[in-house]
Amino acid sequence: MTRLLPVLTVVGAILLLWYAATVWLNAPWARDQAARAEATLTLPALVADTMTQDRPVLPAPHQVGAELWKTVAATKVTSKRSLVWHGWVTLSATAVGFLLGSGAGILLAIGIVHSRAMDLSVMPWAVASQTIPILAIAPMVIVVLASVGVTGLLPKAVIAGWLSFFPVVVGMVKGLRAPDAMQIDQMRTWTATPGQMFWKLRLPASVPWLFASLKVSVAAALVGTIVGELPAGATAGLGARLLSGSYYGQTVQIWAALVAAAVLAAALVGLVGLIERRALRRMGMAR
Amino acid sequence: MIWVAGSVLVWLAATAANLALARATGPGDRWRRLAIPALFGLALLVLWEGLVRGLGVSPVILPPPSAIAARIAVSGDILWTDFLQTILKGALSGWLIGCGAAVLTAIAIDRSPFLQRGLLPVGNFVAALPVVGIAPILVMWFGFDWQSKAAVVVVMVFFPVLVNMVAGLAATDAMQRDLMATWNASYGQALWKLRLPAALPFLFNGLKIATTLALIGAIVAEFFGSPTRGMGFRISTAVGQLALDLVWAEIAVAALAGTGFYGLVTLLERRLTFWHPSQRRS
Repeated sequence: MTRLLPVLTVVGAILLLWYAATVWLNAPWARDQAARAEATLTLPALVADTMTQDRPVLPAPHQVGAELWKTVAATKVTSKRSLVWHGWVTLSATAVGFLLGSGAGILLAIGIVHSRAMDLSVMPWAVASQTIPILAIAPMVIVVLASVGVTGLLPKAVIAGWLSFFPVVVGMVKGLRAPDAMQIDQMRTWTATPGQMFWKLRLPASVPWLFASLKVSVAAALVGTIVGELPAGATAGLGARLLSGSYYGQTVQIWAALVAAAVLAAALVGLVGLIERRALRRMGMAR
Repeated sequence: MIWVAGSVLVWLAATAANLALARATGPGDRWRRLAIPALFGLALLVLWEGLVRGLGVSPVILPPPSAIAARIAVSGDILWTDFLQTILKGALSGWLIGCGAAVLTAIAIDRSPFLQRGLLPVGNFVAALPVVGIAPILVMWFGFDWQSKAAVVVVMVFFPVLVNMVAGLAATDAMQRDLMATWNASYGQALWKLRLPAALPFLFNGLKIATTLALIGAIVAEFFGSPTRGMGFRISTAVGQLALDLVWAEIAVAALAGTGFYGLVTLLERRLTFWHPSQRRS
């Protein structure tokens, strides 16, 4: 309760601010319409009007909620108007990309830890790559892969995988190096082979680091997929909903897609967090 | 064929040299640490050039590095206007406003543990969201020019910096605060002389995350509409015209700008938090 109450207060305050902003931002349009109809609006009528516009500058939360209800619950899942369908398109590309990217990241990290030459030559680039706005290449990847005949899920998954790759490499290298000299010496006194050293000491020790970076990279993969859906031609996915909404001025649709993306992100990060907690508890590393 | 064989040979030679360099010990370790990644990067470029030329890859799919370099040399003025529009006007101003607002908010809610307990989970939640999605809305509100890009950047960098700054302000321990209290320090003095300096390592952590986010926000926001200049605009239109050498040139500029921006913040961090264990020379 002591933790829930402040959060609820803040969320409530945000909703209140949102409603206030709705009235403030939509009022000019309402006044304009009223002036054209040569009518004067009373304050309650003005407020009511700002909440029910078709293409508001800022839709009220309940309008977004109604749009969500309409596109999630009241539309068939297989329909192209269903947000669940668009969400699934985004989610599947994100999942494939995330699995590819983090898997490759773990493999590269293992290589880096075991080869000094790889460490010295690749690691500086992996760290530097985190300072580069990699997302900028997304449209190019989509178009180039489309020109070689690869379309659909794979190009988006490539971008998602690329984005989730580097956080995992950097985090996993730290994790695999986490055992201290004492523990490594202990393994040596037991004449552990390099394989045993890896499976019984380094890999278990790296698990907390792995999950910390997986949480970052799953969020990055989702952003990558959404941006990958932006280039012209994409018709499916949350990113395409954002873009078509911005073309046609359908603000309610944009906000509904945004909320869906937020729910998806929260669910993905929450899922990784859940697996993390269970894994750490079973390994006896829970905090 | 000669291109493929030659470039693979160069790459193998560079790898062998790197293996030898990595095994070597003794003086010049600092020099080797710079030479190995540089050699690796150069070898990759040679391999790229050789494979693209040797296998006859169409420049519409992947231009060789030499063509990209030539493009950078030729269209320097385009790249400069785009850099000005996207990085300096969009990303930098948004970064300054967003980080400034986050730091001020963190200090403002510093006295209210209630607000902190409420804002921190919300901030952490928002920091994990695909905030770039807000770009189409902000482009509608603030128009096509750099103001809307700066607004996207403000929203993107605000929460990561806020979360880090709040954590930083809580980083002093009870002993240090007690010491300030025994000296009869006012709230302002304790904040200025103890807690703000102690928060700096955390703040810089957030600022560094924010540099990359700022560039991403400014570039991606341009995909939703922009004047006829800017890196995101140039990338999306050049992709449409299949002028991939120009796209790669923009990406090279973006990469340089990102690394440079990050480097400047790191430099500032080193000057301001020289006392912190992570910055001390061992």
